[in-house]
Amino acid sequence: MQQLRGQENALLQQLSVQVSTPCEGRIYPSLESDESYALDVSGGQATLKAQEVWGALWGLETFVQLVYTTNSGEFVVNDTSITDKPRFVHRGMLLDTGRHFLPKRTLLQNLDAMAQNKLNVFHWHIVDDPSFPYESRAFPELSNKGSFYPGSHIYTPSDIQEIIEFARLRGIRVMAEFDTPGHARSWEEGQKGFLSECYSGGTRNGMYGPADPTKNSTFTFLKEFFTEVASVFPDQYIHVGGDEVNFTCWQSNPAVGDFMQKMGFGDNYAKLEEYYMQNLLDIINSLGRGYMIWQEVIDNGAKVREDTVVGVWKWRNFSWSDEMARMTEQGYKVVLSACWYLSRISYGEDWKTYYACDPYSFKGTDAQKSLVMGGELAMWGEYVDDTNVLPLSWPRGSAVAERLWSPQDVNSPVLAEPRLVEQRCRMVRRGIPAQPISGAGGCPEEFGGN
Amino acid sequence: MTSNFSKMVEGSRKMVSLLFVLSLFSALSDAKLSVTPTKGVPWPMPMDYKTTGKQNTVDAASFRFTTRSVECDILLDAYVRYREAIFGRNADRFHAMRQSPKFVQMFSQEGDIGEVSVDVSKPCQGSYPSLESDESYSLSVANGQVMISAQEVWGALWGLETFVQLVYKSDTGEYVVNDTIISDKPRFAHRGLLLDTSRHFLSTRNLLRNLDAMAQNKLNVFHWHIVDDQSFPYESMAFPELSSKGSYFPESQVYTPTDVAEVIEFARLRGIRVVAEFDSPGHTQSWGLGQKGFLTECYSGEKPDGSYGPADPTLNTTFPFLKQFFAEVASVFPDQYIHLGGDEVSFTCWQSNPVIKDFMQKMSYGTNYAKLEEYYMQNLLDIINSLKRGYIIWQEVIDNGAKVRPDTVVEVWKGGWEEEMEKVTKQGYKTLLASCWYLNYISYGSDWTTYYTCDPQKFNGTDAQKALVMGGELTMWGEYVDDTNVLSRLWPRASAVAERLWSPQDVNFPLVAQPRLIEQRCRMIRRGIPAEPVTGPGTCPVEYREP
Repeated sequence: MQQLRGQENALLQQLSVQVSTPCEGRIYPSLESDESYALDVSGGQATLKAQEVWGALWGLETFVQLVYTTNSGEFVVNDTSITDKPRFVHRGMLLDTGRHFLPKRTLLQNLDAMAQNKLNVFHWHIVDDPSFPYESRAFPELSNKGSFYPGSHIYTPSDIQEIIEFARLRGIRVMAEFDTPGHARSWEEGQKGFLSECYSGGTRNGMYGPADPTKNSTFTFLKEFFTEVASVFPDQYIHVGGDEVNFTCWQSNPAVGDFMQKMGFGDNYAKLEEYYMQNLLDIINSLGRGYMIWQEVIDNGAKVREDTVVGVWKWRNFSWSDEMARMTEQGYKVVLSACWYLSRISYGEDWKTYYACDPYSFKGTDAQKSLVMGGELAMWGEYVDDTNVLPLSWPRGSAVAERLWSPQDVNSPVLAEPRLVEQRCRMVRRGIPAQPISGAGGCPEEFGGN
Repeated sequence: MTSNFSKMVEGSRKMVSLLFVLSLFSALSDAKLSVTPTKGVPWPMPMDYKTTGKQNTVDAASFRFTTRSVECDILLDAYVRYREAIFGRNADRFHAMRQSPKFVQMFSQEGDIGEVSVDVSKPCQGSYPSLESDESYSLSVANGQVMISAQEVWGALWGLETFVQLVYKSDTGEYVVNDTIISDKPRFAHRGLLLDTSRHFLSTRNLLRNLDAMAQNKLNVFHWHIVDDQSFPYESMAFPELSSKGSYFPESQVYTPTDVAEVIEFARLRGIRVVAEFDSPGHTQSWGLGQKGFLTECYSGEKPDGSYGPADPTLNTTFPFLKQFFAEVASVFPDQYIHLGGDEVSFTCWQSNPVIKDFMQKMSYGTNYAKLEEYYMQNLLDIINSLKRGYIIWQEVIDNGAKVRPDTVVEVWKGGWEEEMEKVTKQGYKTLLASCWYLNYISYGSDWTTYYTCDPQKFNGTDAQKALVMGGELTMWGEYVDDTNVLSRLWPRASAVAERLWSPQDVNFPLVAQPRLIEQRCRMIRRGIPAEPVTGPGTCPVEYREP
């Protein structure tokens, strides 16, 4: 058992933790959690006080980071006084297990890494066009037919439970995203008829488009599917996607064309998209859950609940700052990911760019700014899997984590760099292969041992 | 194209290519289906490769490699490795257990092929590979028999690697290999990979894993850029302070003589040369910590300002030190070539130092510091020469006018390489290209196609000049690379370079290579290398597990 020494050789033997609100039983973190805490080390005493257990967890993480070893190998911690709470309540990380499978052990390891950086939302973009690894009890064929390899490349109900519990114990919310009506190619194999069939010159050409809103079976299926999702994922919010819906297939399909006439939508397929999203959102609503959606749903005119959280993600030839203004002006809560596409790697110290991006960088009133719930770093999976996800995510993700937690004026990359170097070596020591990001150097304890 | 259709029955390389292109176009049009990888097609593509659809099953239980003529340590070690590569970690257990009836019942797979027969002409016990090695081999899978024959063991090693790649699992889960005839040899003799263990330390374990990965891609030179400005991890027996003062963490981030010997032996058994680079006179800051007086003192006005520049050619201690140091290097590293660096020498510090200025006067160099650089390099090259070794140098040494031996190998790394290659080969030097293969310069997407299409002989020159191109090297400089990410960043992007350096010049369509590269990546993963995804969404049947 190690004994810690504060300054003046005081011997620190315990850290006493005081949480005001009861935290027994299975309680989950939420958007409304109080993550504040106060940590005090002086005169050989250390105390940690928090309103809720979530603050206490962050206080413990902070305390662990205060401990360091001297040249003579002793564990020490300096007299310190901290009062802390996050600037933003939604500090998320997106992983994409639709483009490449990520095994459960890697998801768990990543949750540890998130906790070391006080990130509190695991945005699990679990399925997409290429694969459907989510094992549904009600619709087992979805993963049987839609996963890359049903024997191994799936998340069973118990895998998911394990991930959610692991996250909960670290104060991390797990928000699942089942993206539709686009990005849903992998659903078709196990749920025949879910997607629109595409036509070439009047005949079916074997390709598929977005989910087919013209059939009643679509929404019956979605209701049953999302009822299960709501029972599996306890978080208040479910992310229902809604991005990048391509209209070409709908435009080619005669049955869809008939439906458009019947509904009086004319040639305006954005209305069909809105119709789909409306029905989907009503389903989620009826389940008593809130929803997070990608910005297109609002951009294309759908009517959504007031407590909807909108993900602002578009960056290519697009001003996310204008979009933030637009969304908050309409009164929606927003979460920014557009400047934090960490999957778009480049040579050198790109962490500085991520560090410099501020979610308040848009023209708006204080009321609008207060609608910014926070942001998410996105690690999309086109070129990412188990071989490289952790080194690519860390410590570049740490730059985003500080932007979302710390005060707005903590934004000098020059000052941050030596601290980031320490954070990286700390993560390496704690088993996360966080890659080098500030040029030549070395950690005292390298990854995997020396 | 018509001549290729006549080879259709034999399934020649080009026909295989055409089929791939056709299947690719149909696959890519559907969002769900990613590109389907090939099954049992080697990487890099052999010079002559003919295969039919006739499958032979492989008898896992009784499978063995046998030597028909010359036996040696290299072959024996390879046999153990490659049996495991085909059948996984349990291979040896299968072999030992095959007598047990219960085992035979469970695992026995009555197969057509139970033996690979290897024939090497020249003795090979204890041999080291060299620039002159004969790496050619022929491989045939026919009539239920597998034969590999090669002049030298190096060719046999590559034949074994190729054979292992031909084996795949059929839809019913059996190990199979198609009837195949291969006659193969590399286009270039020097196919190298540079690792930089100074900007960040790399564990010996990962150096060894990387040698395995290189062997899976028929790369045959490990260019070990072992020290540089930032750290000196090479533990010298003659000058222990170099690493005790110059490494990041002398307790843990150094290469002991044992470590170095282990790397060299591991490489030898895989037909890989280890060429050490001790770069000077620039890139030497870390040397000055353990070897006081080696570096030039920089001056501000009349006084030294505490900073240091390149090695100091004017002191009478410099070359005796280098002679003793490199005598040890030559005893530690058996390869014929030592890489001496010579790149990016900054003159500013020399210009500030009064002792140097005096020396310049004495030597009548005027203010031409390139002459001082030449003087240094000349002396260094003479030292290596006296040790009877050849040297590889970066292009600046030649660019700045130094006189070097005719058998010097010049490595071109800067931009404008087409002109430089033309210039250097015109002067009669053997040349290596690295410029277009700086794999440390990462970017988003499938950059492997850019590396794949860079051709080292695409410059204006005579056939004689082109013949002086020995090959090339991909570089993984270490500013942003260490044990956490070196292998995933190298592979399989380095495989693209490996094929460019081994395969014929006309094997250069990325679209056709793609399904084979996907197979190669998944193969590497199965064999324990964390090769990252480089072709978009998809999967491998067996995902990576940290070994």
